[in-house]
Amino acid sequence: MEGLSAQESKGTTHPLFRKRVIVLILLVLGLLGAVCYAVFAGPVSFTSTELIDGVLHQQDNMAKRIVWDLRLPRILIGLIVGICLALSGSILQGVMRNPLSDPGIIGVSSGAGVIATTMLIIFPTTAATFLPIGAFVGAFGTTLLIYFLSWNQGASSHRIILVGVAINALIGAILSSLMLLFSDRVQSVLPWLSGGIGGVGWSQFQMVVGYALIAIVLSFFAAHHLRVLSLGDEVAKLLGHRVERSRFFLILLSSLLAAIAVSVSGLIGFVGLVIPHILRMIIGNDARYLLPASALGGALLVTLADAFARTWFDPIELPVGVFLSILGGPFFLFILLKGMRKNATS
Amino acid sequence: MLLAKEISYQHSQRFQLQVPHLQLKQGEILSIIGPNGSGKSTLLRLLGRLWNPTSGQILLDGVPLSQWDGCEIAKRLAMLPQVHDHSIEWTVRELVEFGRHPHKTWYKRLSSEDEKVIRWALEVTKMEDFQDRPLTALSGGERQRAWIAMTLAQSSNILLLDEPTTYLDIAHQLEVMELVKTLNQEFGLTVVMVLHDINQATLYSDRLVVMKNGRVHMDGSPEEVIQPSMFQDVFGIEVSIQHSDKPTFIPMRTCCDQGRK
Repeated sequence: MEGLSAQESKGTTHPLFRKRVIVLILLVLGLLGAVCYAVFAGPVSFTSTELIDGVLHQQDNMAKRIVWDLRLPRILIGLIVGICLALSGSILQGVMRNPLSDPGIIGVSSGAGVIATTMLIIFPTTAATFLPIGAFVGAFGTTLLIYFLSWNQGASSHRIILVGVAINALIGAILSSLMLLFSDRVQSVLPWLSGGIGGVGWSQFQMVVGYALIAIVLSFFAAHHLRVLSLGDEVAKLLGHRVERSRFFLILLSSLLAAIAVSVSGLIGFVGLVIPHILRMIIGNDARYLLPASALGGALLVTLADAFARTWFDPIELPVGVFLSILGGPFFLFILLKGMRKNATS
Repeated sequence: MLLAKEISYQHSQRFQLQVPHLQLKQGEILSIIGPNGSGKSTLLRLLGRLWNPTSGQILLDGVPLSQWDGCEIAKRLAMLPQVHDHSIEWTVRELVEFGRHPHKTWYKRLSSEDEKVIRWALEVTKMEDFQDRPLTALSGGERQRAWIAMTLAQSSNILLLDEPTTYLDIAHQLEVMELVKTLNQEFGLTVVMVLHDINQATLYSDRLVVMKNGRVHMDGSPEEVIQPSMFQDVFGIEVSIQHSDKPTFIPMRTCCDQGRK
């Protein structure tokens, strides 16, 4: 983004400059590839001419119905979910100064989930329009709660995770109670809880696309705040930065992003953890690069994972959330073990 | 300049800082010394507005700090707190660019004025050759110089340093002290620092403020302050003092109890 040209004009080159450019280009290409794959992959296959005829020339054939009505909204929603989860994760990790903060792990997603589930079970009629707002209220409330409970002269990494895990457990219990109390209506919520974009169509896309665009545009402003906060609260304050205001904005934004993803896809974990983490190892922690790269990476991962989840296990369709947890669980352990080894040697 | 008027700060039940009057004079190097827990850093942090006094006021150019806009203070007063976070990954150049934060709107590019100040800050701290290195790859002394360069990029005329030489070996300590002296003499910066090493404080400062139990015990030139009685009262040690250009002290033994209560 703005950083690219600024680097050149200075005459000096950042040591990671080439890597950053290459990674961003590869991510764009990878994402295009993944989208193409997702369009063609599935139990029913077409040639590209059939597809173009169907979609562009409005012929009512099999290709049009399957691609236009089923696969395309699903791909677009996958993109939105991936972008939102990855951005939410990167921002949370920056603002809480903890590489393990992830909307799924510390309970932000389940906070969104518990409100959304309540709406789906108890007020199913209003849920369609207000689901994203309800999810946002839940996500934001939970994030603030975690933040204030773990804030003690700076939020320590351990406290955030511990508080987050505790809150996550509490919310899990509330969710279970809800489902027991309303066991007759659980069927409609179940696929949503395991995290998937299986049955989505254009109506869900319309429900979230507006919120998603707003949140993504706001994310362009987040990089500056994350960069200054990375110096630590005290130095940021001494530079005249309004630390508390920045942090509030970033928490609000990451909750909104997580809520958008949750309201349409349910509880998909690990995208917000895995994607920023891998990218940070390659291109560094500068939010000007990390945020766009994470957005692309998240979109790539969810699109690809969803395409695999619905084709590899034919005739069963595995929810993408389950598929990602199978991948993400071991990865999370890998990070923890690697971190431990690092601490042991240094 | 900075003026502390009737300030007090309740740090905990047991510790309260009280400074009735402390005026910073333009162009001086003032060092705050004293034993651990005497309130040296607390005083500096109050002057640097990291903490707000419980009562009383600190005036910058006659206006209370609380009435200033954050960026406007940052243009006039720079402070380097003790930085313990060594995981910060920025390159030296990027770090120094942050020093321009109070001067520019965030979406604007660096102006030629900004560039000039950054180049000067890197030059005077001798960090030009390191500018594209990440902070994590620097030695303690280099890293400290990089952070000082960032505060210099604020182009303020007051610089507060909280124990700038801690954790550095003696050569790097002197390097930092020489840098402070250059900044003061050649570029007219007014410097306030908290120092542990009293001989270094004496050698490089125009004025010493001695803290004891949250109060200013003595305030004066090194010659006035560096007396056996001061060491006895404040640190509880017996010293031998040698007078050359500036007085230096050699610690002899602790004197049983007194002083540090």
